[in-house]
Amino acid sequence: MAFESLSERLQESLKKVRGQATLTEENMDEMLREIRLALLEADVNYEVVREFIAHTKEKALGQDVLGSLKPGQVVVKIVHDELVELLGTEASELDLSTTPTIIMMVGLQGSGKTTSAAKIAKYLVEKKSKKPLLVAADIYRPAAIDQLVTLGNQLNIPVFERGTDVSAQDIVREALAYGKDNHHDVILIDTAGRLHIDEPLMQELADIKEIAHPSDILLVVDALTGQDIVNVASSFNEQLGITGAVLTKLDGDSRGGGAISIRHVTHVPIKFIGTGEKLDAIDLFYPDRMADRILGMGDVVSLVEKVQDVYDEKESIKTVERMQQGVFGFDDLLEQMHNMQKLGPISGIMKMIPGMPKVDIDDEETNKRFKVMESIIYSMTPEERKNPDLLNAKRKIRIANGSGHTVAEVNRLVKQLESTKQMMKQMGNIDPVTGMPTQRKKQNNTYNPYRKKVRHKKKKKR
Amino acid sequence: MGFFSKIKDALVGNSAKQNEKYVAGLDKSSSSLSSKINELAARYREIDDAYFEELENILIMSDVGVSMVMTIVDEIKKEVRLQNIKDPAKINEIIVDKMFVIYANEGYMTTKINYADDDLTVILMVGVNGAGKTTTIAKLAHMMLQDGKSVMLAAGDTFRAGAIDQLAVWADRLHVECIKGKEGGDPSAVVFDALKHAKEKNIDVLICDTAGRLQNKVNLMNELEKMNRIIKRVVPNGPQETLLVIDATTGQNGVSQASEFAKITDITGIVLTKMDGTAKGGIVLSIKDKLNIPVKFIGLGEQMDDLQEFDLEQYIYGLCKNMME
Repeated sequence: MAFESLSERLQESLKKVRGQATLTEENMDEMLREIRLALLEADVNYEVVREFIAHTKEKALGQDVLGSLKPGQVVVKIVHDELVELLGTEASELDLSTTPTIIMMVGLQGSGKTTSAAKIAKYLVEKKSKKPLLVAADIYRPAAIDQLVTLGNQLNIPVFERGTDVSAQDIVREALAYGKDNHHDVILIDTAGRLHIDEPLMQELADIKEIAHPSDILLVVDALTGQDIVNVASSFNEQLGITGAVLTKLDGDSRGGGAISIRHVTHVPIKFIGTGEKLDAIDLFYPDRMADRILGMGDVVSLVEKVQDVYDEKESIKTVERMQQGVFGFDDLLEQMHNMQKLGPISGIMKMIPGMPKVDIDDEETNKRFKVMESIIYSMTPEERKNPDLLNAKRKIRIANGSGHTVAEVNRLVKQLESTKQMMKQMGNIDPVTGMPTQRKKQNNTYNPYRKKVRHKKKKKR
Repeated sequence: MGFFSKIKDALVGNSAKQNEKYVAGLDKSSSSLSSKINELAARYREIDDAYFEELENILIMSDVGVSMVMTIVDEIKKEVRLQNIKDPAKINEIIVDKMFVIYANEGYMTTKINYADDDLTVILMVGVNGAGKTTTIAKLAHMMLQDGKSVMLAAGDTFRAGAIDQLAVWADRLHVECIKGKEGGDPSAVVFDALKHAKEKNIDVLICDTAGRLQNKVNLMNELEKMNRIIKRVVPNGPQETLLVIDATTGQNGVSQASEFAKITDITGIVLTKMDGTAKGGIVLSIKDKLNIPVKFIGLGEQMDDLQEFDLEQYIYGLCKNMME
């Protein structure tokens, strides 16, 4: 990752506000500066950042830092909520109410209009059961028409083209008639890339708009774009009145802060995001996920939700307690494995954890190993499962035979249990709030939600 | 001090004509930056923290990287304190000076193509999707043809639909040969074919197109490495030039692009495209600062001859010219 995540950046400035109960102007200043820099580095436009910071400050001022939360967490949450609000709260779809639905793709050169047009067409066929027609109106760039035709062939979607000698306006006019005759209910017009300050070409778009009366004009923007995105979006919007945006190349490592700028400047929703070069790599736009990405938070929210679904709190507290007492048997290990499996493929989980190094995990391989472990454990007697020390050579041979594996594999499992135990012991030293190992010896403070509150009765005065 | 006036004299005196085209091309990008700095100078009676903060913001707006901006502003602050400058109007010269020095600090830079003396010169074009690689190749080929070189093109973008045709159309217009493979085929094979042909025909320069790839796609980056190996096998010193094409509208991600591509291949220069828009391409300053990769060419339009050698003096002059007058 080229950038540190916002949460990492905040760590430093957080030290200063640790232990303060309310957010005040003074203790916020440094944090806000960090947030500002993080947003700027995510390519959010400067003007937008300034307003955003002012707004956030207003909201955060005087907020009480509740319960066990830290001031930084409160700030991050406020920032996150603000971002989501800015980005729009719900995913926005295409307006398909009119027939034929006419959609125009516009944007700078190389932003990904043609590819996006093909992706949207595919999406409409598969998800909305539409019969789209692609119109090749880019008569300027060499082979742009070939590109669309090739994509159309791959998708089995007809492409209307008239070569490069006919004006774009005429192509669109003919395409509309053709679409009507052939009963296409969606017409997607791919226009040539152009700079927003190129007047003749912008006029051409205005003409096409006049001819086609599109229900959607989608501005295609590259997620790698920097500060200039504001100029681009606002002038396309002023001259054409765009109805939505498509943010492409989000599979790169850019933060895509431009999404915020577009929303802020044009107030149109972002309708799609492009997440790869394959033709099905298109997604609806979810504002909260984008907010996480911009802040560099990973998708922790989804992960936490998932974990909550799977884990039974009471059970896990019991397990943790047993572990800390050094009693951790095979049945506990088995239960943990099952819970892990319920979370879905490991590689998917890893992706959701921010700051996790990119490791290639072979899900099939992991599953296989899980199966082996499972069958070995099932071949043990309940006593053996509870107390691994019981396992002697003879028992191991029996277990190996019973499960159809070798003694070596049984031994490996025993080792694994030991190392898990070891790890758990170390984990005991980790401060559950920060996730950092503490030097302090942990007090006997396993939190028990079912404890009885001890009230100190006042001694009655006689 | 006085650095800028020296440049200005030199430029206005000697190559006023070429300069004009450059300035015209950069007009849109420069006007906003310099007019803003001017406006800033007019608004502030004296230099204080608020002034610096606004200055910071203006620089950030031109996509100069955030950390880079901090460095520049710190340097300027130091200078201001040393020379005890109070008048914002005088500070403009310092700003230009600092930008220049930071870009140029690591010694000698050249915008010349490194031609091989008695071998085939191989140029590899790389970049993310939609940066303008194919168009730049056409412009570059045009430039070399004018220099009297014989040029051949290799359509190494076998992935994107229509990419091969796009290069072929340009090759037709330029009357040069273009070696093509099958769409979806192995780009290394195309490059190998092209190398063989070019050697046989005693061509001076072979320019290889590659498919656009985002810098975090490991497999695609490996493919690039393979192409590099193939080239080295035929032309031991090749590729003499690996040019990274970067779109001027690119923001902070430009640094990541440059550093990731540089890990795979030895990037010898940058081509900054789409400079005829309003984007400022300030990220090249950060790239130079962090990775010491110079910009060699800039693209100023869609025509064949819209490619210019990058001239730092003119670039900065273009960015800041209104500021000085």
